Amino acid sequence: MNYVASPWAIIIFLSFVAAVLGISYHFARSTKSASNYFAAGGSIHWSVNGIAFAGDYLSAASFLGICGMLAMSGYDGFLYSIGYLAGWIVALFVVAEPMKRLGKFTFTDALDAKFNSKGIQLTAAISTLLVSLFYLIPQMVGAGSLVTPLLGLPHWAGVLMVGIIVIIVVTTAGMKSTTYVQFLKGGLLIVFSIVLVFLVFSRGISTSPDQGGDKEYHKFVTLKIETLNDGTVGLEDKSYRILKQINNESSSMQFVRLEKNKIETVWSVNSEKGILEETQTIEYFEDGKVLYNGQTKDKGAFYQVGHMSELEGKTDTKTGNLNMFSFIETIRDGTVIRWLKLDVKDEGSKLSIYYQKPTPGTEILKPGLKFKVDSEKGAKTKDKLDFVSLMMALFFGTAALPHILIRYYTVPSPAAARKSTIVAIAAIGLFYVLTMYMGLGAMVSGVVDLTNDNMSAPLLAKSFGVTIFAIISALAFATVLGTVSGLIVAAAGAVAHDVMDRFMGLKLADRAKVKAGKIASIVVGCIAMVLGILFKGMNVSYLVGWAFAVAASANLPAIVMILFWKKTTAKGVVASVITGLVSALGLILLSQETFNNVYGLVGVIAPVPINNPAIISVPLSFIALVVVSLLTQKNVNRNNTARLKSAD
Amino acid sequence: MHEPSSDWKKDNSSSVKELLGKWLFLLYAIVYGGFIIINVVSPEFMGIKVGSLNVAIVYGFLLIVFAMLLAFAYNHVSTHAENVMNKDNESEETEE
Repeated sequence: MNYVASPWAIIIFLSFVAAVLGISYHFARSTKSASNYFAAGGSIHWSVNGIAFAGDYLSAASFLGICGMLAMSGYDGFLYSIGYLAGWIVALFVVAEPMKRLGKFTFTDALDAKFNSKGIQLTAAISTLLVSLFYLIPQMVGAGSLVTPLLGLPHWAGVLMVGIIVIIVVTTAGMKSTTYVQFLKGGLLIVFSIVLVFLVFSRGISTSPDQGGDKEYHKFVTLKIETLNDGTVGLEDKSYRILKQINNESSSMQFVRLEKNKIETVWSVNSEKGILEETQTIEYFEDGKVLYNGQTKDKGAFYQVGHMSELEGKTDTKTGNLNMFSFIETIRDGTVIRWLKLDVKDEGSKLSIYYQKPTPGTEILKPGLKFKVDSEKGAKTKDKLDFVSLMMALFFGTAALPHILIRYYTVPSPAAARKSTIVAIAAIGLFYVLTMYMGLGAMVSGVVDLTNDNMSAPLLAKSFGVTIFAIISALAFATVLGTVSGLIVAAAGAVAHDVMDRFMGLKLADRAKVKAGKIASIVVGCIAMVLGILFKGMNVSYLVGWAFAVAASANLPAIVMILFWKKTTAKGVVASVITGLVSALGLILLSQETFNNVYGLVGVIAPVPINNPAIISVPLSFIALVVVSLLTQKNVNRNNTARLKSAD
Repeated sequence: MHEPSSDWKKDNSSSVKELLGKWLFLLYAIVYGGFIIINVVSPEFMGIKVGSLNVAIVYGFLLIVFAMLLAFAYNHVSTHAENVMNKDNESEETEE
């Protein structure tokens, strides 16, 4: 899609960034000590911390990724909302207070509190670093996709911008400014999402959504096929010339190339109805030329999509005002045109075809369009396992994310940790209900950019005017800024506090530790920028699913067992963290999705059939902890008796 | 080397809170597990209409609202436990 930046959007956006930098500057003066830098001096009020939790958590993935997935695949996007929220239950009931009681600055502190083991210090720090990096990738990708429509800049420029601003924020002020930035942004994001949802309700749904009259919806046409006297097939509309059929082995769909006014377009064959249906294509030629629907990008011939072909039993109609029930009902009882993508290789070019798929509303509003769960539609056991595995990772992953865990150290007491978690649950729960309406709203409002589903929510806002678009985009961008800052503080804490100070025994002075943390922040920030550019174009929520899986596998078993199983030993914890990390990462790197989307190996069968590793790696990590702990029990007893004897 | 980010008194109520937390966690895990199992075993059930919504949406919203309710209930009980049990502690100490 072609994006043009508006001055108004740029002004609002820049004032946001200025506010963020202003907050950092303001708090920079008070962050001289390590406790201030890594944990905001433990002085944040629980209500502020609660909203800041929401700010941390409602990252680019939650906001952009979930809405995008809802807009493309309906209910399946909402599964992420449910899983992300359910994870907070683990955080609240199991992790919040003990974490606060045991730890000081970092997650490693809490794991290590009972043991003082070099092994735990190193492995937990590595795990924190890796999970943070995994979580940073989608944030950076999200930032890149945002600046394109907002400022008219390319993807990499967005990634660089976020990286640089965040490094400035983090190196000047640390956790305190990060907290207030998150508080501001978390609160505003929820308020403006409510506004957006009400705008969607008041506009209603139309079969040809024209973005409130701003932009006429492209009318997708069909062409009748007729059989000629000599037995060959032709088109009723003689202005089109049939060029050829496109070879396609990987799908049962058939496509033909047509030509009209010297523009080549691709059409899908619907032999049942005897018609050709318009598709949208992006064609990449070997010489580097790219054509959108047969024309160059500047012609703007690649359309935003998303409409209902039938609602309230009619094919050309619109509804009045809707509410949270009638909105869902209208979609449920109608038919939505979804767009599916197929990549084919043609002579001299690679072709991405987006074709229409009319889907009954009842299908949209239940699971199964993205994740296969229905046996009748060919879901195999491995597909179901994949689904269960994802839901498990989301449930157990939240409470093990380093940037969430460190937020427990910014409040004064365990009770405050609990209360801030509850504020977070309420705020996040409300927001996730809103995602349902924003995502489905985008799906039927003719705003979806097929090349970048992450943009669905901001583009939905754009259809209501540039102001709300600029605010929502600036917020989404601030979301990325805040979450990235939190992650970088967590990663820097792991390097400066866990590895350098404790593991290597450098015994850094307070100032030196802050300095080490700042240098670590810059390095981590740079790595994140590179990864953000490399992973362009993947759905950010999907990437976050991986971070959750790694966190759930590497960190959660150790946290839970230390809290609830007295026989846990230091070696057991180390074994659990390593097993979880290695198995989760290994399974992800060998999965089919990674083969297809990251390595670009189309048609190669990956060794690991499932895409979400949690169902294997979490139990493995638990088993490793239990087995190794039991094996190392004697040492503990012997040490204890030895200690007792020497005490005598 | 460093002090904890701040100090607090010994918390007598932590065992009560831990116990309550474990049970509420288990309760929620069952409801959440039920959602996953229905999705995998009987996807048609998720499509059954409920008023103007369907089972999938009602169950999904319910999981969100249920989490909020449990969180409020847990906080209420915990705060109460902290007030009562830690007050006893303080008065005992002063008696001594």
